[in-house]
Amino acid sequence: MTLIKTTYDRRSFIKVSTLSSGGMLLGFSWLASCKPDQVVNMPKEWFDINGFLKIADNGLVTIMSPNPEIGQNVKTSMPMIIAEELDVSWDQVTVEQAGFNIKKYTRQLAGGSQSIRQGWESLRMAGATARRMLMEAAAKQWDVPVAEVTTEEGVVKHGDKTIGYGEIAAVAATVTVPEEVELKDPKDFKIIGTPRKNVDGSKIVSGKPLFGLDTQREGMLIAMIEHPPAFGMKLKSLDSSSAKAMPGIHDVITINTSVPEGKEAQWSDTNAFNELVVVVGATTWQVMKAKKALKVSWEEESPPESTSDHIKSMYDLLGKNQKEPARLDGDPKKTFRNAAKVIERIYSAPFLAHNTLEPMNFFADVKEDQAELVGPVQTPEFMSKTASAVLGLPEEKISIMMTRMGGGFGRRLYGHFGIEAAIISQKVKAPVKLVYSREDDMTQGTYRPTYKVTYRAALDKNNNLIGFQVRGAGVHGSPVFANRFPAGAVDNYLAENHTLESNISTGAWRAPRSNFIAGAEQAFLDEVAEAAGKDPIEFRLELFERAINDPVGEDNDYDAKRYAGVLKLVREKSNWSQSTPGVYRGVSAYFCHNSYVAQVVDVVMKNNQPKVQKIWCAIDCGIVVNPEGARNQVEGGMVDGIGHAMYSEMTFKNGRPEQNNFDSYRLIRHREAPVEIETYFVDNGIDPTGLGEPSLPPIMGALANALAKATGERLYEQPFVGQAIELG
Amino acid sequence: MNSDQDGVNCKLFQKNNTQFMATYNLKINGQRKEVDADGDTPLLWVLREHLNLVGTKFGCGIAQCGACTVQVDGEAVRSCSLPISSIEDKSVVTIEGLSENGDHPVQKAWIEHDVPQCGYCQAGQIMNAAALLDQNPNPSDQEIDSAMNGNICRCGTYVRIKAAIKTAAAYQE
Repeated sequence: MTLIKTTYDRRSFIKVSTLSSGGMLLGFSWLASCKPDQVVNMPKEWFDINGFLKIADNGLVTIMSPNPEIGQNVKTSMPMIIAEELDVSWDQVTVEQAGFNIKKYTRQLAGGSQSIRQGWESLRMAGATARRMLMEAAAKQWDVPVAEVTTEEGVVKHGDKTIGYGEIAAVAATVTVPEEVELKDPKDFKIIGTPRKNVDGSKIVSGKPLFGLDTQREGMLIAMIEHPPAFGMKLKSLDSSSAKAMPGIHDVITINTSVPEGKEAQWSDTNAFNELVVVVGATTWQVMKAKKALKVSWEEESPPESTSDHIKSMYDLLGKNQKEPARLDGDPKKTFRNAAKVIERIYSAPFLAHNTLEPMNFFADVKEDQAELVGPVQTPEFMSKTASAVLGLPEEKISIMMTRMGGGFGRRLYGHFGIEAAIISQKVKAPVKLVYSREDDMTQGTYRPTYKVTYRAALDKNNNLIGFQVRGAGVHGSPVFANRFPAGAVDNYLAENHTLESNISTGAWRAPRSNFIAGAEQAFLDEVAEAAGKDPIEFRLELFERAINDPVGEDNDYDAKRYAGVLKLVREKSNWSQSTPGVYRGVSAYFCHNSYVAQVVDVVMKNNQPKVQKIWCAIDCGIVVNPEGARNQVEGGMVDGIGHAMYSEMTFKNGRPEQNNFDSYRLIRHREAPVEIETYFVDNGIDPTGLGEPSLPPIMGALANALAKATGERLYEQPFVGQAIELG
Repeated sequence: MNSDQDGVNCKLFQKNNTQFMATYNLKINGQRKEVDADGDTPLLWVLREHLNLVGTKFGCGIAQCGACTVQVDGEAVRSCSLPISSIEDKSVVTIEGLSENGDHPVQKAWIEHDVPQCGYCQAGQIMNAAALLDQNPNPSDQEIDSAMNGNICRCGTYVRIKAAIKTAAAYQE
């Protein structure tokens, strides 16, 4: 049992009251103050439907899921945490998506694999506080000390006496919010740690409207944008006469989404094109056709860039020292000079588009004194601020409802499409749904930047790793994490970063930076192990031993024991020591988003083509809330990683994206997917850490290492398909 | 536009001298529906915006991703690239009409394997899988790969989809 201070702003309970039907609604606030605030008794006669959970008179519980759902399963797993501490049966629970309300819910953001980690304590508190209030209400009714009262699956108990949560809910709603609540001992968890199916599963498989693009409203118009055809270009002139004359077309306008001077722009406003042509009409097809009839001319705003320019510039950067290195341990220069063996390799990867299968879209209904925004956004908090700035409305007059998202992967952190929809609605004075075509979506990205990295390793005559250098370059930032492994495990270590500026917009893409550097690093370590004549797992474990027993430096980001733990687990589960003829194995291990992952990939040759036969994945992400959803995330992350390492790239010619749809941009498909995946979670009772991203980065390395064994060719440049490798 | 086809009502009218709109009588999920639309409007947008059947998804618009898959006379087709004028009197089944209560063996198997992540592609995957099993009740792994290869799942649920198709095949036996 853990005793924690509750952190609710008690003033938020002013509006809480009982339902006429006898239900209870708790309006929790997630303001982080731990100091007890003034306690306000709750009135009885009215309530505000904005709470965190409500209990009906029949004992059914509705839990509001605070965070945006992008397919990472939080709409199931976050309410599971509340239900656990509330002590109800999961069958009694229905889940609803909460709209944006940062005063009630902290961190309504989907990103960084942090929803569960950062929500863990406050979600438990939400359930535990409600449970305590139900217990106090029952204790008072029975005139017994609350310490003698217990609960079990939606029932309060004392001796032979029992009362259902629904029966006591009305009284519980009048109980003073406790200042301290007990949390369950994890060994008593009944819901957390048990597999639960996606709460939206039946709606998804029967095609119910769930997504932003499914929004339909009376009088709603459809809007589509036309943006410059190349990065570095802007609107010069527009002739919209033909388009305007087409059937169903309401108007053709131009908009500028820049945040007005004097107002603060948000990090999430990242977007290459602020001035856009907009076609507004009755139906999507009519608007799509009218877009083709637009006569737009564009002009150069900044010099156009091509992929060949980026490649050259990054090679140039890799040839330069960083004046003040990101990290320097020992004397790498001398070490490399005196080394018995030096291994040096360069790895690179292209820009990637997010390509959520649901293209960008948003609904907006902006009136003179208020605005309603509905759609897929990972960062409603920041959209609210920008919407307020561009619309000239106070934030409290803007409502944002997050729809289930047809994928996020970081793309919907950047909510410019919602801002565009809002401005369009304000201009045309009508409810509007903005729809991006796939081409609009892919050619106006916040792309994963293109990267290059040089690794150098120095071995002594006994094949010990005595020196390690990493120098990274990337558009808008280097991919190198200076304090991650093998920093801390090598005496002489140097990490350097270089940045290439660009007019191509980039942003977070599932496991930012890690999504490239992990694969490069793990492929490189494989070659170093080979050069040292060591088993790749043994080689890594030796380094972890060093980091455990005698770490170099103090600022190492990882826990070497947990790192080694997943590697040992995957070694055991995959029977690493046992070799099977015709099966080629690659291994990798990586730490990101606070979690540790190790993977073994088995490749077989079929008709002279490599096929990923099986993946073993061991992951340490602390307590796993929903093993069913967690396993699905881990599997998906690995398939995603294999697909992007193998096939995907965005290239540019004079600023113009050379891919604009799935005929030119390749994504992994059924036939190329691994045949089998086994996932193992480390059971250690540690508070949960990230899971949506960590399985993706290392798989690129494990795959490259397995393919190298299968084909004899080391792979340095993503996508690997460019090196004539195809998965069977 | 051929206005003499079966099932196409000939109430043609002209707008702006270039665009034709017509009334089409369609058979969707066993029901007759009358729709006024340009003949080149893809079935996808007719379903989504004229008939409010939004379970069929827009992904690419060029028949490359499979999110818009529906069945036309039992065949899995990409509705984003199928003009309404070509539907004639064919029978269209969408995800909303695959079963009355969401309990088609494929839908049940999808729940059993907890397949969806974001869920956006799954209606298309399900419609394709259901058509596959109608034609081949016991497909091999290779047959599944080959039939499903046109349906992209950006979240990477391919392994679960394959397992669910096998479970659905077993349910149907």
